[in-house]
Amino acid sequence: MSGVAPVSGQAERIGGELLRVDNVSLSFGGVKALSEISFDIKKGEIRSIIGPNGAGKSSMLNVVNGFYQAQEGSIHYKGVTYAPMRPYIAASNGIARTFQNIALFRGMSTLDNIMTGRVLKMKASLLEQALYMFRGKSEELEHREHVEKVIDFLEIQAIRRTPVGRLPYGLQKRVELGRALAAEPDLLLLDEPMAGMNVEEKEDMSRFIIDVNEQFGTTIALIEHDMSVVMDLSDRVVVLDYGKKLADGTPDEVRGNQDVIDAYLGVTHD
Amino acid sequence: MEFLHAFFIAPFVEMVDQPWFLFEVLVGGLSAGVMYSLVALGFVLIFKASGVFNYAQGVMVLFAALNLVGLMEWGVPVWLALILTVIIMIGLAFAVERLVLRKLVNQEPIILFMATIGLAFFLEGFGETIWGSDVRPLDIGIPDDVWFVGDAMLQQSDIFAAVVASFLVTVLALFFHYTRIGRALRAVADDHQAALSIGIPLNHIWIIVWAVAGFVALVAGVMWGARLGVQFSLAIIALKALPVLILGGFTSIPGAIIGGLIIGAGEKVAEVYWGSLFGGAIEEWFAYVVALVFLFFRPQGLFGDKIIERV
Repeated sequence: MSGVAPVSGQAERIGGELLRVDNVSLSFGGVKALSEISFDIKKGEIRSIIGPNGAGKSSMLNVVNGFYQAQEGSIHYKGVTYAPMRPYIAASNGIARTFQNIALFRGMSTLDNIMTGRVLKMKASLLEQALYMFRGKSEELEHREHVEKVIDFLEIQAIRRTPVGRLPYGLQKRVELGRALAAEPDLLLLDEPMAGMNVEEKEDMSRFIIDVNEQFGTTIALIEHDMSVVMDLSDRVVVLDYGKKLADGTPDEVRGNQDVIDAYLGVTHD
Repeated sequence: MEFLHAFFIAPFVEMVDQPWFLFEVLVGGLSAGVMYSLVALGFVLIFKASGVFNYAQGVMVLFAALNLVGLMEWGVPVWLALILTVIIMIGLAFAVERLVLRKLVNQEPIILFMATIGLAFFLEGFGETIWGSDVRPLDIGIPDDVWFVGDAMLQQSDIFAAVVASFLVTVLALFFHYTRIGRALRAVADDHQAALSIGIPLNHIWIIVWAVAGFVALVAGVMWGARLGVQFSLAIIALKALPVLILGGFTSIPGAIIGGLIIGAGEKVAEVYWGSLFGGAIEEWFAYVVALVFLFFRPQGLFGDKIIERV
């Protein structure tokens, strides 16, 4: 990962608490997916959640944006307590996300997909939109402009009109990130944004994640399996295993934690 | 030889000989087609918004008509009965969302499809329990005189149905093409979870769409009911919308209309000019054969979204 610059200027970049997960437990039938998990995410940081397969990482993100409703515990976000969070509330309060298995609108073009990310920002009434006049027109143009910026930022101008179902995997992941960015999120949840990518694509994606974080000041919660990526990008790391929190700290602290080494990084004794 | 002549030549000779009769047949067929389109429209709306084929749409047509005619029998004036029926259909949309769809978010389309089959049986039984199973005439004052154009005789009720349908279609097409609801709908149809994640309120969208589909069902129910009386076979006639959808494409509102017109006109013309060759009553199955042929050559329909699949 030589292409990735080390994260610098931490003191000013990272602010106070943006989100806190408080004692969350989640089970499906008899299976405990998460038990008594607590951690916080600070404004402006890149926070990674790691752990072996089935550790509950995706479940954790799903609880944060309200897809799953935890049986116990709560989510504190921007000073408000949610028990539980709901997807609509999450989205309208600036939480955007991508998915482990790409969840794009396959029939639509790249542009339309990213446009859907603006859905909550549109204020014109139905009639105005229907007639494409007054606010309807100016609004559509304004959103279009923003979306074009996202497209430029992610360097996907060439596939603007292509139906996303036809795009290669790496680009689909990028479009999905674009849709999330179009919403101008405060907190961006990325569920394995680099799964299945080759080294080059991973470097591109890492660069985008860092740029989003630095240029827009977006807080990022990241699930990723590639340890070198995680260690390079993250400010702090939470480690989950079998639904329990194993460790929490800076990449160096986590790397040195014996529990983590045993459970997960077992092969990297050195 | 005789058969070939009767099949390929005689009908066309007849058409040219008596153009006014052909015109009359065509108009009759097109107006029946409009009725198919109205039903198909309800299917398309729900399919666009949830990717689900709503088997219950036909029964919703019946259910709406039953409520309307039942209320009118109680002595409720027509305008009030119409408003009340609209309210009932909106209530039905709420109930369907709350009791059925909400539990099935993110499930496979086939599971949602099965749920709509269940809904169809429920509505049919529920309607029968409340209103009984008699055939009832429905008269809400649709003009039923005839006009003469040249030598052709046109039913005013047919023209009325055509006007209502065109109005409805125009409004719906504008609504879905030019509003963010339209984009949201396409998003919901593509991927429930992704739609939720960007803040599309899935539940509201479903209520809106089912309510609109309920309203369209009412319009179709009124038209069919006025023509055939309100009876339980309406639900089966409504399934003629199926070949219409295959022809027009499951996701296209204009497709539903044009498909309906083609099927309606096609089956009438086929019946009148070719029917006797096959012993008559080809109207019953003509539409399905056309649909079958279409499936071979253009499975996405005339206007449907092309299905793109990476392999």
